[in-house]
Parts: sequence; structure tokens; C-alpha cells
Amino acid sequence: MSTSPVITPGGGISSSPVESQMKHRLDVPGKIFYFLTGSACLIIVAMVAFIIGNIFINGKDHLSWRFITAAPEEGMTAGGIFPAIYGTVLLVVLMTIAVVPVGVMVAIYLHEYSSHTSLLYKATRLAVSNLAGVPSIVFGLFGLGFFVKGFGSNIDRLFYGGQLVFGQPALIWAALTLAVLTLPVVILTTEDTLRAIPNELREASMALGATKFQTIMHTVLPQAVTGILTGGILAVSRGAGEVAPILFTGAAYFLPELPHKLTSQFMELGYHIFVLSTQSPDVEATKPILYSTVFVLLALTFLLNLVAIIIRSQMRARLRRRA
Amino acid sequence: MNTGATYSKLAIQVRPGTKTEGKKAMEVPSKVVAENVDFYYGQTRALRGISLAVKEKHITALIGPSGCGKSTFLRSLNRMNDLVPGTRVEGKIYIDGQDIYAKSVDPILLRRKVGMIFQKSNPFPKSVYENVAYGVKINGYAKKKAELDEIVEKSLRDAAIWDEVRDRLDSSALGLSGGQQQRLCIARSLAVKPDTLLMDEPASALDPISTAKIEELILELKKRYTIIIVTHNMQQAARVSDYTAFFFMGELIEMDATSKMFTNPSRKETEDYITGRFG
Repeated sequence: MSTSPVITPGGGISSSPVESQMKHRLDVPGKIFYFLTGSACLIIVAMVAFIIGNIFINGKDHLSWRFITAAPEEGMTAGGIFPAIYGTVLLVVLMTIAVVPVGVMVAIYLHEYSSHTSLLYKATRLAVSNLAGVPSIVFGLFGLGFFVKGFGSNIDRLFYGGQLVFGQPALIWAALTLAVLTLPVVILTTEDTLRAIPNELREASMALGATKFQTIMHTVLPQAVTGILTGGILAVSRGAGEVAPILFTGAAYFLPELPHKLTSQFMELGYHIFVLSTQSPDVEATKPILYSTVFVLLALTFLLNLVAIIIRSQMRARLRRRA
Repeated sequence: MNTGATYSKLAIQVRPGTKTEGKKAMEVPSKVVAENVDFYYGQTRALRGISLAVKEKHITALIGPSGCGKSTFLRSLNRMNDLVPGTRVEGKIYIDGQDIYAKSVDPILLRRKVGMIFQKSNPFPKSVYENVAYGVKINGYAKKKAELDEIVEKSLRDAAIWDEVRDRLDSSALGLSGGQQQRLCIARSLAVKPDTLLMDEPASALDPISTAKIEELILELKKRYTIIIVTHNMQQAARVSDYTAFFFMGELIEMDATSKMFTNPSRKETEDYITGRFG
């Protein structure tokens, strides 16, 4: 190029033919697209703000210590939601006990042992992604058919002489059904964690004469604990809000006493919300209770998600420091 | 170090001649013998008919341009390549006369005998003590805590890092400098009581001072261990090794005493590479 721009002492570029070539051009499609992407974000923020705001404003008046610690009274038009909170906690604890070991083992097999071309690997992959896509009401029916009628009735026939013990909706069957539902969450989170562990550590362990099993137990798993924990919490926050899977497998409309054994039925927050909003004899009296219950459920789920996010970010920071 | 050093026509300084040069070299027993080794990553042939012998308690350097197969060869000596799916070894590799790819050989036991130091220092995210104790515990070498303490201390001393870490055995190994981490990894390997050490560019990520310490340590370790080191650094190969093998495109072009390789190589390719004409 014959005329190159000359930089003036002021810092600007002096007038030359080059300047006209670089003149600002109005990028109309770009501007529209920018506007659309921004608006899409605003919609999301507005939706969440609306949901939370609405529930908080309408629910805050009825929230009290008594509300959280008392049982429902007078056909659910008064009293608290303690049995539902208790049932929810019990349910997700049992679910976690069932889902974490199985999910972690599946993830270890997929990431540490299997070759990506093996038939079992491909079949498991397919099963996990399909499992994640099954509608939750189908899990409810599956739980009823497989756990309650399949397992439960057969246990009764074999050990209780046909007496009805396990062959009916119960805490344990609801927990197992939820465990199947949340299995993909645990598997995928654990796999991500395993992927984040540098391969050099596995090689270092193997090079010292460790077997694959020793390497997994002493090097891989200790590193993966926080990730597995995150997976567990995400599963809990997913499971805590599900109603459909427990509808036929153990949740009850109202129980005078708290569940005390695996075969008890139980009250649960999500199901309680469903009951309050559809089965109440006095809609106006139930409304504030309904709002407050939804608020408690949301707060519980958000809190769990928050804990998972904090653990995960700390884990990432630790991995970054290593790198 | 400089006194009596031979200056080669290739302008690379070679360590003064060791006892092994000349006729005596023939009397030193071979620790590792490769016979016609081919290596495949799937369909790709990474090594072609490699045959060489590595002398016991000597340092053998493997040099060559990136992708020439020297690391692949190194990793086939303790069967680390077994861990990479779709790889295959043909030909024979003997260590102490034992065919290491024979069906009866357990790669786990082989790796206890043949230690490995990696290019990127890779201490476990555990304490300094636990890093060294790891292999000892896994192999069940120490019955009592006192025994374990002793092995840990001895390994750290042998790796010339004891004085730097004796007061921080319980703090994380990740807090050590790069050079210290690499010496810790060497200590960790020594704790398993190997007799051969494979080093895959152990100093390539280190500064000159840390590199010098590692080289000094390697020369010290030679008294008790057979060492095979892959390096991209010609000066390093010249400084530390007794024998040098030049790999190119998956083939062993030439192997000889280091002093001969760097002063008067028999093959033109070797001379071109050493003088920096390619690679």
C-alpha cells in the first residue's frame, strides 16, 4: 500500500484514503441479533423473579416456626407442614443411600474400566441417556409395577406368608423409584469428576506397581469425593421436588403419625402441595398455607443447589491450582 | 567437571571418559535387551525393528526428534503402554534375561522393578510423606510405622531432597517447586526398590538450576540403578549419559558410547540431528 496511515502526536490517525475504508458500518442484522439474545436472557430473569417474588410475597405472612414444626390441622386449612418436611427428608436420605453407590460404580466402570468400543459401554451409555429422558410419571408407574407389586408382593409371599407388609406403597419403594430417576444425575456428575482427574496421576500410581483397583481406591476416588458429593446433592435437589414417581409408590394424603419404618407411608412436600391445591375443602383458607409450603420447598431445593455449586467451584479452584 | 573434557568437532561438550569406554564395555552385563521390537498404535507402526542392549548401572540416553518413537520405546520397557487401548508389541524385550511380555509376567510386578519418572512432575495431591509412602504401602513393603518412616527418609535422602522437605513432610507436595516435585517423584519411585529407572524427559519443564540438580542426582543414582533417559536436550544427553541411542521415524539409527556418538557418529542422520540441521 502506498499511503500508510501516519500516527499524529495526538494519537489519532491522520486523514488518508485508508480511513474511509475503515469507516464505521451499521451492522443491522448483528444489532437485531444482539437485541434478541439480550431479550431472551431478560425473559429468563423475569420469569424466575416473578415466580420467586410471587411466592415470597404471598407466602411470607404465613411462615412461622410453628408452621414448620406443626402438623396440618382441620382438614389442612390450619396448622403446619412438619410431617411433609420430615417425610421429604427421610425419602431423599434413603434415595441417596441407594443411588450414590450404584451411580458411582456405573461411572467408574464407564470411565475407568470399559473400552469405549465395547458393547456394554455403548449399551450403558444408551440406557443412561434414555433413563434421563423418561417422563417422571412413567417412573411412578414403573415403581408401582416393579418395586411394589414385583418385589414387595414376592417378599410378602416368601417371608410373611402372604400377609401385606412390603407389597403396598411404602417409603422404601418410593425412595428406590426416586433413586432410579436420579441415577443419571449421579452417573454423569461422577463421570465429569473422573474426567477432571489428570491421567498422569493414574499413570504415576500404576508406575509404582499399583494395580488398577489400588489406583482407583487410593488415587482416583479420594480425588473424586467432592465431585461425588456434588452429584449426590444435585440428585437430592432433583428428587426432593418430584411428585409423580412417589404418587403410587408411597406418598400419602394425610397421616396422623410420622413414618417410622421402611414400610410406612409418608407425607411429602411436593405431594402435599398437590393435595393442598386440588383436594382442599376450603380453598381460601388453604391458599396462604399453599404459598408458604411452596416457598419452603423452593428454599430447600435452592439451598441444596447452592451447596452443590459452592462445593463444585471449590473443587474447580483446587484443580486449577494443581494445573 | 570441565577438566579433561573432550571437545567434539560438533561443539558439544562430552563428559570425560568413563570406565566403560573401550574394550571393557563388552564385559558389562546387559540389563535390558530389545530384539526386533515393533510397536503399533492401532494400525500405525510407531517402532520398527528396534534392537538394542542397555548396560547395567549405566545411563543410556534416547534422543531423536518428536514423534520418533523414543518415548514409546521407553514406555514399552515397563509395559505402561499396556494401559493405552489398541496398542500392540511385537518382538522381544528382556530384562535380566526375562521376556517381559511373556504370559507369565505380571506387569504390576514388572513396574515395581522398573520405575518410571514422567516428563511433567506428577506428585499425588497428598503430603510429601504420603507421596513417598504410597508405593511402599501398596506393595506391603513396610510392616511397621517405624519401618515405613525409615524407607521414606532413605528414599528422600537418595533423591537429594531430604534436607529441603524434612520439616514439611506433612504439608502438601503440591506446594513444592517444580524441581523439588520432580525429585520427590524420583524419591517415590526409589521407595519401591526398583533396579531400573526410566526417565521420560525428566527435566524438560524445569529451569536450568533445577535441571542441574536433577542431572547431578541422575549421575549419583547411576551407581545403583540402570537408567534410561529420554531427552530432547543434546547437551543433557552428552552431559549425563554413557550411551546414546538415536531414534528417527520409529527406527533406531545408531547406538554407541556417548563420546563416540557426539564426536564421531557413523551415520549421517545422527550427525545432522546432533548438529541441529533438522529435528
